[in-house]
Amino acid sequence: MAFFEAKGIVKFFGGLAAVNSVSFSVEEGQIYGLIGPNGSGKTTIFNLINGFFPLSHGEIFFRGKKISGLKTHQICRLGIGRTFQVVKPLKRMTVVDNVIASAFLHAGSKNEARALAEEIIEFCGLVPYKDKPARSLPIASRKRMEIARALATKPKLLLLDETAAGLNPSELEEAISLIKKMSESGITLIIVEHIMKVIMTISHRILAINHGVVIAEGTPEEVAANHQVITAYLGEDYSAQS
Amino acid sequence: MIVRDQYFLHIMILILMWVAIGSGWNLISGYTGQVLFGAAAFFGVGAYTAALLMHKLEISAWWGLPLGALVSVALAFPFGWICFRLRGPYFALATLALNEILRHIATIWESLTEGMMGILIMQTFVAKEPYYYIALALAALSVVIVSGVMESRLGYYFVSIREDQDAAESMGINTTFYKMVSLCLAGLLIGLAGALYTNYMGFIDPHVVFSLHNISIMAILVGIVGGVGTVYGPAVGAFIMVAIDELFRSGGFGLLAALGKSTGWQFMDSVTKYVSQAHTLVFGILVIVVILYLPNGVVGDWEVVKKRLLFWKREAA
Repeated sequence: MAFFEAKGIVKFFGGLAAVNSVSFSVEEGQIYGLIGPNGSGKTTIFNLINGFFPLSHGEIFFRGKKISGLKTHQICRLGIGRTFQVVKPLKRMTVVDNVIASAFLHAGSKNEARALAEEIIEFCGLVPYKDKPARSLPIASRKRMEIARALATKPKLLLLDETAAGLNPSELEEAISLIKKMSESGITLIIVEHIMKVIMTISHRILAINHGVVIAEGTPEEVAANHQVITAYLGEDYSAQS
Repeated sequence: MIVRDQYFLHIMILILMWVAIGSGWNLISGYTGQVLFGAAAFFGVGAYTAALLMHKLEISAWWGLPLGALVSVALAFPFGWICFRLRGPYFALATLALNEILRHIATIWESLTEGMMGILIMQTFVAKEPYYYIALALAALSVVIVSGVMESRLGYYFVSIREDQDAAESMGINTTFYKMVSLCLAGLLIGLAGALYTNYMGFIDPHVVFSLHNISIMAILVGIVGGVGTVYGPAVGAFIMVAIDELFRSGGFGLLAALGKSTGWQFMDSVTKYVSQAHTLVFGILVIVVILYLPNGVVGDWEVVKKRLLFWKREAA
């Protein structure tokens, strides 16, 4: 039984199949990349995994347990954390309070939650922002705070939705090293990313989708060489040349 | 002198009662972000529980305090279970509907509630002092409960839900459940205040205790003026709102009437009458001013109040 497995998941919005019979499985400890052009259904897949949207068809399994049909907070409790593409900071709370609120999930007392939060804030390099209100943070730190908040729920599988988008080159390096650090600490990651430099260097396997349909799956090299992937991103001309 | 003291005590009892109602409203609406437009539903249920205990079962209406709070929670629970599927303004409208439904039930079900006749019970104390101390205890209890809750796990969860429900849900917070906890706590405090009201006033009818204007909207005003999402906001709001309400109702605490008498101006009578009816209008204006200039209420924007209104400290150049 795979660590995480999606079997033929389908999501209809009205008559449109935003995700159409997508299947993939992730091994424990992997960094699994999810790529595709804009509107191809990457974030929808995340929303299906963590239960924001009900599946139209298909099943999702996590560590041998069927999680499709559960509520979002139950899925989180089982060990799947996520961040949002459009960040959702709890604006009028400080950074540390954001993380504490999340850390309460597995903490018995407030002191325990606070200790865990402090530890995670240090892990994510947010110490200078600790007592600032979340709304005052720049975008790079907001994204880090989202990761910190997700980590505070002690996830075994973390879904990162475009954590590197909108960052400058030095922030990008920091984001990559944070992702690597999380992976080394034993968390399995599924990441959605547009920046090829990020996804190609850190992923173990990649799933490419377009219009909600899988067009390629494999190692980064295999996917990068795939004709359908090149067509989806760059058009027929480039695909024909290569 | 005694009369004025009694009057002062009466105002204080009302203020303290409003501290409890305002604190309850603040928990669900200020901290958890689910606007309660029907505080009177819980207030009235608490009040009627106390009154009916005495009226039907001849049990002391003081039992109405714990029982009224309990019945109020028993109402909040199923209501929350059904209506927390609704978000934002739709939930607010549902609470408004609950308020009106209960008012109509209390009016129509005459065999139980005596309908528009209302229920009259004997008060336990002739003096106001005992009521004052009980109200003081209730107000203190509400502030202690709210500040205790906000320091705990519940407080973090409530504010998380207010700030972003989807984020809260993906942080593993069962948002529906914790919204219900918040509503039940609010119902508890507001129900207690309602039961106390019955004991103190000795008379209730559907239009008094299920009043949309005098209870539900007043609760919102107390919360907003004092400071949404602050522990002491409702206390300050209760002082301000009850004082303003009373100022207009009594025509400037009787000053206008006195002025009319001493000067012999006939028109002062009608001025007094119009002023006493104008308090609704003034409430409206007050809300607009507060939302424009003090969106976080008097407590939440205390720094602004100090600088702009009281000229506390000139800004250093």
